[in-house]
Amino acid sequence: MTPFTYERAGSPAEAAAAAARTPGARFIAGGTNLLDLMKLQIETPAHLIDVNGLALDTIEATKDGGLRIGALVRNTALAADRRVRRDYALLSRALLAGASGQLRNKATTAGNLLQRTRCPYFYDTVQPCNKRRPGSGCAAIGGVSRQLAIIGTSEACIATHPSDMAVALRALDASVETVQADGAPRRIPLAEFHRLPGDTPHIETVLEPGELITAVRLPKPVGGRHIYRKVRDRASYAFALVSIGAILHEDGSGQVALGGVAHKPWRVEAAEAELPRGAKAAAEQILAGARPSRDNAFKITLVERTLAAVLAEARG
Amino acid sequence: MKFDRPATQNPIDRLKVVGQPLDRIDGPLKTTGTAPYAYEHHDVVADAAYGWTIGAGIAIGRITRMDLAEAERAPGVIAIVTADNAGLLGKGDHNTVRLLGGPDVQHYHQAVALVIAESFEQARAAAGLVKIDYAAEPGVFDLTAAKGSAIAPEPNELTGPVDTRIGDFAAAFAEAPVTLDATYTTPDHSHAMMEPHATLAAWEGDRLTVWTSNQMIAWATADLAKTLGIAPENVRVVSPFIGGGFGGKLFLRADVLLAALGARAARRPVKVALQRPLIANNTTHRPATIQRIRIGARRDGTITAIGHESWSGDQPGGGLETAVSQTRLLYAGANRMTAMRLAELHLPEGNAMRAPGEAPGMMALEIAMDEVAEKLEIDPVEFRIINDTSVDPENPERPFSARALAECLRQGAERFGWNRRDPRPGRTRDGRWLIGMGVAAAFRNNLLITSGARVRLDGTGQVTVETDMTDIGTGSYTIIAQTAAEMMGVPVERVTVRLGDSDFPVSAGSGGQFGANNSTAGVYAACVKLREEIARRLGFNSEAAEFENGEVRSGNRAMPIAAAAAEGDIVAEDKIEYGDLSERYQQSTFGGHFVEVGVDIATGEARIRRMLAVCAAGRILNPKSARSQVIGAMTMGAGAALMEELAVDTRRGFFVNHDLAGYEVPVHADIPHQDVIFVDETDPMSSPMKAKGVGELGICGVAAAVANAVYNATGVRVRDYPITLDKYLDRLPDVA
Ligand SMILES: Cc1cc2nc3c(=O)[nH]c(=O)nc-3n(C[C@H](O)[C@H](O)[C@H](O)COP(=O)(O)OP(=O)(O)OC[C@H]3O[C@@H](n4cnc5c(N)ncnc54)[C@H](O)[C@@H]3O)c2cc1C
Ligand code: SF4
Repeated sequence: MTPFTYERAGSPAEAAAAAARTPGARFIAGGTNLLDLMKLQIETPAHLIDVNGLALDTIEATKDGGLRIGALVRNTALAADRRVRRDYALLSRALLAGASGQLRNKATTAGNLLQRTRCPYFYDTVQPCNKRRPGSGCAAIGGVSRQLAIIGTSEACIATHPSDMAVALRALDASVETVQADGAPRRIPLAEFHRLPGDTPHIETVLEPGELITAVRLPKPVGGRHIYRKVRDRASYAFALVSIGAILHEDGSGQVALGGVAHKPWRVEAAEAELPRGAKAAAEQILAGARPSRDNAFKITLVERTLAAVLAEARG
Repeated sequence: MKFDRPATQNPIDRLKVVGQPLDRIDGPLKTTGTAPYAYEHHDVVADAAYGWTIGAGIAIGRITRMDLAEAERAPGVIAIVTADNAGLLGKGDHNTVRLLGGPDVQHYHQAVALVIAESFEQARAAAGLVKIDYAAEPGVFDLTAAKGSAIAPEPNELTGPVDTRIGDFAAAFAEAPVTLDATYTTPDHSHAMMEPHATLAAWEGDRLTVWTSNQMIAWATADLAKTLGIAPENVRVVSPFIGGGFGGKLFLRADVLLAALGARAARRPVKVALQRPLIANNTTHRPATIQRIRIGARRDGTITAIGHESWSGDQPGGGLETAVSQTRLLYAGANRMTAMRLAELHLPEGNAMRAPGEAPGMMALEIAMDEVAEKLEIDPVEFRIINDTSVDPENPERPFSARALAECLRQGAERFGWNRRDPRPGRTRDGRWLIGMGVAAAFRNNLLITSGARVRLDGTGQVTVETDMTDIGTGSYTIIAQTAAEMMGVPVERVTVRLGDSDFPVSAGSGGQFGANNSTAGVYAACVKLREEIARRLGFNSEAAEFENGEVRSGNRAMPIAAAAAEGDIVAEDKIEYGDLSERYQQSTFGGHFVEVGVDIATGEARIRRMLAVCAAGRILNPKSARSQVIGAMTMGAGAALMEELAVDTRRGFFVNHDLAGYEVPVHADIPHQDVIFVDETDPMSSPMKAKGVGELGICGVAAAVANAVYNATGVRVRDYPITLDKYLDRLPDVA
C-alpha cells in the first residue's frame, strides 16, 4: 500500500468536484474491493475520498412506482428490504448468492457495480495485464482462463465482470444516477454503464473522471417469476462460472441476463423473443459470436443447460 | 526405553485419562486469541522491524539487474536483504531449492529480496519500488509433456524401492478374464493452511532465536544452522502454536531464513510472514501425478494381477510422489508390479502434503477398484473384502500387526445404509439432483520414529512435560497431558505441557501421522523413569507401586507423589526407541469411506450430502481430537475430489491461482454432514501406547469415494481430478 491522503466528503457534488480536482483520487465506500487491491498494489490511489458520510443510504419509492436505491445502501440491507424481496426478488437472490454475510454488511450498491475483475493474472503484479498496466499485454489469453469471458472479449482482454448484483440489475432494466464533477446529475441505463474491453480494458464504465454514483433506479415492478441461478465449483463463497438472472412470465416471455461470461452483465434483448422456443434457441442467440478459450468452452453448454433448468423451474 | 517386544499390560491400559474425550487443554487460549502464533510474539523482544518478501517474477533464469536505490530511500526502510549482500549461504538437508534466490532463479516466487522497514506498510510500499530485470530461460512445466523423459530415481528411505515385481504380472494380466487398464491424474495441491509461514528472528551476539511456525523443530534447527553456516547450538527454534501445516511446515522455509538475515542486516529483531500470494509458489506443494493402474481378476472377484505405475515431477534434485506405496500393501494378488518415475520440472518444489503418496495414490487406486467391481458385477464393498489379506502381499512372511479393513467396510456399509444404493448408475433422483453413493477403502502406514521427552515433578505435585513435539492444531498438548496424567496418577489439570522448543528433548515432531503415537510413547518412557525415581525416593518398590489419585501406593502404604519432590524438583528424561517390530510386522491403519453426493442434473454441480468414515487405527488416545482430525481430513479429501487444483500456466511456469480466492477449498456449505466411527482396536506392536496415527488415514480414499459416488449418480466416470463439472457436463442426460 503506498501512502495516500484521505478526506471525508461533505456532499455528493463536493465529492465529485474533489475527485476530479485531485490527481489519483478514488472514492471509498465499503472498501471491500478497493482496500484489497491497494494492499496488493494493484490500485495505488494517492488520495481517498470517503463517501460513507453522504446520506446516500436509503431506499425510496419513486413517483413512477419504482425504487431509488442510494449508492451507499449496503448489500445486506438491500437484499433484506421488504419491497425488494416482494417486487424485485431477483435482486435479493442475486445479492445473497454473492460473497459472504460479513462482506455484504460492508459492501455498497455503487461499490458492487464497480468491483473489479477476478482474472488471476490481474492479481499478480508482475504478469502482463492490459487492465492493470495498459499496453503490457494479456497473460490470460492462452493461459489459465477457465473462469474468464467467452463473449464480447477482445485481443486485449478476456476478463469478466464478477458481480452477481449487476446481473440482476441488468435483467431488471435498472439505471444508474450520478453526479458529475461540475455538479450536473446524469442517468445512465445499466445496459450502457459497463463497457466491453476493446482496446482499453482498464476503462470499465462510462463514468467520467470524478463522477460519483448517487443511486440506482429500478423501474416499476414487472411481476413474473424471479430466478437467480449461480453455478460454481463450491457451494458458497465463490464467484460464478456462469450465472443467470431471469424474470419469466406465464406467457413464456421474459428477461434474461448472464454473469460470468463477459466483461459486463450480458443481456441480448433480441434473443428474449426466442425464450418460448426453449433454452437452446435462446442460448444460441444470446451467445452468438462467442469466442471461448479451450479452458472455458464448457460455459457455452453450461449456459444452455442452466437456462433450460431456469425455464423449467419457472414453469414448474 | 527400547521398545522391541510387543507391549503388554501397562499403566496406560487403565484408560482413566487416556482414551477419554477431553476438551483440548489449549482450547481457551485459542478461543480467546491469547495463544501466541509466530507473528504474534509481541512481548518476547522489543522493537521488531517488519520484512516484506519479494518473490521472483520468472520461473527460471537470471536476475540481470536489481535496482534498490528508490526502495532504500523510501520512508522507514532500514535494510534490504538480497543474495548479493546476504553472504555465503548453504542449503538445508530437507530443502531441494535454495530459500534465497538470485542471481539465478530456480522457480517462480523464489524469494529474491526482503525489504525491512519500521512498519509493515512501509516495507510493503518500498518493496513496490524495487526494480528487477530478468533474463528468463525456457523451462519444463507440463508433467504430461515431460512424462516421456521421466526416469527411475535412486531409491531412498522415504520412497522405498522404485520398482517392485512379484510373480508374473504381464502373463497374469493377459490371462485374466476381467481386466481394467486405466489412467488417472491428480493435480498439484496447496497446503493452504490458515496461518501463513511466519517468523520473528532476534540475534543476541552470535546466538539466534526464531519464533516460527514449524512442525519439525529439530529439522528446522539443523537446517537453519546449516544454511547460515553457524553452529546448531547457537540456534534456538520456538514454535508453540501452529495454525495448520499439513506438511507445508515440515521444513525450514524462506520466512525463517529471511527473518534471520533481516535481523542481522537491520541489527534488531525482524518479523516476516509470507504474503498469501507467495504461499503457493514460494513454499512446497503436493506434486501432480499421472497414474496407470491395471487390475486383472477372476470372475469370482479374486485379483490375480495388480499393477500401479506413477509419474510425478519435481525440481532437479527433488523427489518422487510415492503414489504406488499403498498398492504394495492393500490388496492380495499373486502377480504384482509397481513403478514410480520422476520427471524434471521447473515448477516450485514439490514435497510432502498430508499423507504424501497414499493420498493421491488412493485417489486413483480406489476408483480403479470401483471400476473393476462394476465389471465383475460384484458389490464394491464385497470386492474389497474378497481381496483382503492378513499379510504383506509382497512379503507374505510379514503379517500385519492389526488389520480391520473388512470390519471397517462392513460396519460402514451397515451404518451408511449402503444396501439402499442402486448399483446401476444414474437411477436415483431427488428433485433436480441425481443421487449416488460411493465407497473407498482408507489406508495409511504407521511410522515409528524415536521421540524424547522430559518430565518434572515439583513439590506441589505439578507435573511438567517438555518436548520439542509440536501441536499443529492436532491436539498434541492434550494427548501428551493425558499420557502424563495417566502415568503419574494425577488429574490432567496437574500436568503442564510445554512444546515446540529446541531447548526441549527432540521428539518425532508432527508429520506422516506419526506424531501422536511416537510423542506420547516418548512421554511414556520419561514417565516410567520419573515413576522409578519417585518410588525410590519414597521407599517403594517401583515394580509394585501404583500411581493413583496423586499418590504412590503399594499394599496399604500410600504417599502423595509431591512428597518425593519436597527437597527439590525431580526431573526424568528418556526417549522411545524402536526395535525391529515394524520390520517383522507391517503396521498400517485402515478404514472405509462412504459418501453420498447429489449432482445437479442440469448444471453438473456435484455436492456432498453426507460422509462417513470408519477407522481402525490402534488405540484412540482422545476420541474428540481424533474425530476432529478425521473430519478435517475428510474435508480435505472432499476438496481434492471436487475443487482443489493449483492451476499451472505451462507457458510461464507457475501456479496461477495463488490465493485463497483462486485456490478453492471446501467451505461449510460443502460439508453438510460427517460421521466418524473408530473400531475398537489396540496395536501392541506400535508402542506402549498401542496407538497409531489417524490424522492422515482420514484423507486417504475420501476423494475416490466421492468420485465413485459421482459415477453412481451420473454414470459418468471422471478419472482426472478435481471432478469439476466442465469435465462431464456434456455427458450428462439432457435437461427436460
Ligand atoms: C472474498 C470476497 C468474495 C466476494 N464474492 C463475491 C461474489 O460472490 N459475488 C459478487 O458479486 N461480489 C463478490 N465480492 C465482491 C463484493 O461484492 C465487492 O467487494 C463489494 O460489492 C464492493 O463494494 P464496496 O462498497 O466495498 O466497494 P469499495 O471497495 O469501497 O469500492 C469499489 C470501487 O467502487 C468505487 N466506488 C465506491 N463507491 C462509489 C460511488 N458512490 N461512486 C463512484 N465510485 C464508487 C471505488 O472507488 C472503488 O473503485 C467478493 C468480495 C470479496 C472480498
Ligand atoms: S484478461 Fe484482462 S484482466 Fe486478465 S490478464 Fe488479460 S488484460 Fe488483464
